[in-house]
Formats: sequence, C-alpha cells, structure tokens
Amino acid sequence: MNKLAGHTKTPTLRSGVKGRILDIIFASGTKTCAILVFVIIVAIMVSLFIGAWPALKKFGPSFIVSTEWNPVTEEFGALIAIYGTVVTSIIAMIIGVPVSFGIAIFITELCPAWLKQPIATAIELLAAIPSIIYGMWGLFVFAPFFADHIEPWISDTLGNLPVIGPLFSGPPLGIGVLTAGIILGIMVIPFMASVFRDLFEVVPPVLKESAYGIGATTWEVIKKIVFPYTKIGVVGAIMLGLGRALGETMAVTFVIGNADRLEKSLLMPGNTISSSLANQFTEAVGEIYTSSLIALGLILFFLTFLVLALAKYLLVRLTLKEGIRT
Amino acid sequence: MEQKNSNNKKTLLEQGFASIKGTDSKEKKKGPLSFPAKIQVKDLDFYYGKFHALHSINIDIPEKKVTAIIGPSGCGKSTLIRCFNRIYELYPKQYATGQILLDGRNILDPKEDLNLLRAQVGMVFQKPTPFPMSVYDNIAFGVRLYERLSKEEMDERVEWALRKSALWNEVKGKLKQIGTALSGGQQQRLCIARAIAVKPEVVLLDEPCSALDPISTAKVEELIDELTEDYTIIIVTHNMQQAARVSDFTAFMYLGKLIEFDSTDKMFTNPRRKETEDYITGRFG
Repeated sequence: MNKLAGHTKTPTLRSGVKGRILDIIFASGTKTCAILVFVIIVAIMVSLFIGAWPALKKFGPSFIVSTEWNPVTEEFGALIAIYGTVVTSIIAMIIGVPVSFGIAIFITELCPAWLKQPIATAIELLAAIPSIIYGMWGLFVFAPFFADHIEPWISDTLGNLPVIGPLFSGPPLGIGVLTAGIILGIMVIPFMASVFRDLFEVVPPVLKESAYGIGATTWEVIKKIVFPYTKIGVVGAIMLGLGRALGETMAVTFVIGNADRLEKSLLMPGNTISSSLANQFTEAVGEIYTSSLIALGLILFFLTFLVLALAKYLLVRLTLKEGIRT
Repeated sequence: MEQKNSNNKKTLLEQGFASIKGTDSKEKKKGPLSFPAKIQVKDLDFYYGKFHALHSINIDIPEKKVTAIIGPSGCGKSTLIRCFNRIYELYPKQYATGQILLDGRNILDPKEDLNLLRAQVGMVFQKPTPFPMSVYDNIAFGVRLYERLSKEEMDERVEWALRKSALWNEVKGKLKQIGTALSGGQQQRLCIARAIAVKPEVVLLDEPCSALDPISTAKVEELIDELTEDYTIIIVTHNMQQAARVSDFTAFMYLGKLIEFDSTDKMFTNPRRKETEDYITGRFG
C-alpha cells in the first residue's frame, strides 16, 4: 500500500464546474429522449380510450361481437372488421410462411455461392417497395387477372367441396378477402424470408456436418436439425410477420372491396380494421360514428400489441436458450 | 560418441512415452504394410480454392487398427480425414484430386453415393455435436435413415451403441432428455455412440478429446481401444501422449505432406526422419 501511495496522480484541473454541468445536460438530454417514447405510447393509448369511450359506453362489450355497421341508424359493431383483419392475415401467413421458408432454405443450404447475393438483394428490394405500390398493382394488375383466370377455377373446384366449399364459392369479382390476403402474403414474404435466413445461418456448421456425416440427405438435415434448432426463433419471426399483416392499411384498402357485410365466401369483398379507418374517417359525421372508428383503432392496437408481445417473449426465450448452449 | 548420444535420445523418448500401446513386442514392431489395408490413398492432392493444402499424399490405412495422425496446427491432418467421407463437399471451392480406395473402390469417383459412403465412414468432431433432440433420438436418427427396425430392435440398437460407448449406465434413466443437456464428456460419447450405431466400417475421430476433461478423455480412449475389434479407426490428435496410448500406427504430417508413417512404437522410439523426431521431442520451431 505504502509503495503505491507515491504513485497516486494529482487530480487535473480540467474537470471543473463547467464539465460537470455539461455532463448533467448531456445525461438529462438523452434521458428525455428515452422517456419521450413512453410519453407518446401512453398518450396514444389514453387518447384512443377517451375517443372510443362514447361508443364503448353505448354498445358495451357487444361492440366486439356485433356485425352491424350502419352509419345511418348509428348502430356499430366491430366483428366484420376484426374478422376481415384476422382472416386476411391468416391467408397471408398460409401463403407467406412456406414461401419464405423455401427462399431461406434455398439461400442457406442449396444455393450456389454466385446466386446468393442477387437473391438477397431482390428480397431487400421487394421489402423496400412502398405498400401503396402493392395496392395499385393489386387493384390494376393482379385483381383483374385473378378474376379472369384463377377465381372461376377456384369456385369450380374448391367451391364444390364439402365443409370448405362455401368459403370458395361466389362470383369472380377480383377484389375481395382472398385477394387482399394474397397481396398481404406477398408483402410479408421479404421480411420473413430474411429473418428465417438469419436464423438458419446461426445453426453451427459442425452440427450440420455431423448429420451429413452419418449419411443424412439435405432434406433430413433441414427437417431434423435446422428446424428443431431454430424453431423458437421461427415462431417469433412468424409472429412479427403476422403483426405486420394485421396492421397493413393501404394495399389492403385497395383490393379488399370495403364492404361492411359479413360474407361466408373469401371471394367476396370484406373489410379490415385499418382499411375501415382509412376509408371512413373523412366521412364520419356524428360523435358515435367517429367514436366507433376510434374504438376499432383501439382493438387493432391491442391485437398487434398482443402479437408483438408474444413474439418478444419467444425471442427472449430463444436468446436464453442460446446462452445455455454455448 | 555419436553412438552414446543416440542411445541417450532413445531412452529419453521411451521414458516420455512409457505407455506405448501393444504388448507383444514382435507385433508392435511390424510396419503398417504388413496388414491388409482398408483405405488406400494414392497421390491425393487437396485444394481450398487456390490454396494447395495436401501434397500428393500416399498412405495405406490398415484394417481394424487405430491409426493416429499427428502434426502441428495447419499441417492438413483434419483436411486429410475430411477427404475420407467427402464431408468437404458441403463447401464450395474445396476439391480433391487423386484416388482414395475404400476396399478397392475409389470414393472420389463423382458417381459415388455420398449418403451411403457417409453411412459407411462415420465421423466424430472436435466439439460434441448432439442434435437438438432426445438422447434416444440422437442415436436412432442415423439408424432410421438406413434401416427399418421394429421398436424392440431399435431399443436394442440404442442400448448396444450406448453400452459400446460406455455411456449406458450414465444415461439409461435419461433417454427421453434432450441430448444438449448432458455434460460435455457425455455429449462426446453420445456422438461416438451415434456414429457407431449405424454400424460403419471406418470411424474418423477429429481431435475427439480436445474439449474434454482428463476423466472423460480416459473413457473415450478406452472406448477407442474396444472399438478396434470391429472398426477401422483414424484419429487426428494434437496430443502425442494420446497418439502413443491409443494408436497402433502413427502418421506424421507437416505442411501438407506426409513425412513419416510407421508403427506407433517405432515412430515414438526410433523415428527415421529428423522432422518427426523434432516434433515428437517438442523441439519444433
């Protein structure tokens, strides 16, 4: 101790009062920025609640299960929009998840090295296209093509099946719930494909080598090694994609038909929460009409919040597990 | 004077490797060529892109014996054994020229069925690589790929492989547990059990003990000794004592070339080449 005492530095004079004040300003500045996030989210929630209150008070819990949406009689219920939102998102997942899997597996396991970068860039470009472009393309190109060539075939074949038949019967309109779901599916593919690719790439090469090393084929390695190893992350990625699909507005508004009726058939027009909001806010007159729209927004907020919370939870579990592995 | 020096050297070497394998002194003096070869490597060259990693390797690996490959880091030991099951083909720009004959069949032939080859030539890696599934399924995975066994037969096979790899007593109550939950040493023996469960003819061990504690290492070494009854074993190791303990034959590699290949006894007591002697006595610079 005594020996060391001789080496203590004398404090320099640079850090005086001025330095300390600057530090305090800097610290409180960054803290304010961080707190702002909480303020904004609470403010949005509170204002949504206040705005939605008249409708929630008038209709009570039946707001969620009522299929009535009539601006003339001022009777409102959210079920049509909730149904449309959930169904289009499910269709999007049914299309998007397998295709994204295919893309990610091809890139990580099978693709020759020279083709990797072009495909990855194409996926990024697909992700960068603004959603209104998807909407326009969907309305002007995809919907007419779908009505002329695909929908007649769907209602002739799938429409005649028992149980699921009613889902696929009806006139070929082009626009409708199924079209919106397909467009949504195309929109979530780039996002999910790139997350899947990142996940598959963290599978240790030596694990794959040992599976190949006892004579497994590529498919067996993917099914038995890559999938189980990444499954939690994959679920998280699907949830994030689902969150995107639930909230997507513009593209869906273009192609879903915006009809406030609950139809059995997926070929018929429907509505989602976000497209109802986009379409009707400008023409909403009267307190109850506006308030009902805001209540729809509140429901969407909770729906996406739930999905994202679930995704976060699963991702945290994944990282914990990774930590144990190493 | 010279005579005395070389005597000195010999005793030093023998002291360092007191536990050289083999009891019959005649048997252990025999060179590798006096046994039937399982794998014959002829003029093998290997490239990582433009990097020439192996230079015309010629070696005959005797059947049902343990052959150790030693040498400093980067000398091509692992590269050589990765040729024996063509696992290098998973990566682009890696290729081999020459011939590797397994029972007289050239496995570098492009028409070779890689999955069957790898079922025939098993491999265990440096780090334990249990699959993300139960202990039982880890073993059954490879077996299911090539054989259709009834539940009882599969149970028997799993038990047989686990007994063979000296793991049965430790895991018999935990067969349903996930393989990654075992300890490091148990995981490595699980990987060996997995490799032998498909009943391969050759087992390649790429530094199987480098991540293990001494007790687990001892168990793996015992296991290697037992496996020689049925399998041809090739082990890559950094640990020369280990090579001396477990192998019948030792190959010394340096800078992508095979310098010397002889019975382990001869290599560690009376190597022909200066480089081998320098490496074994730790005088390598």
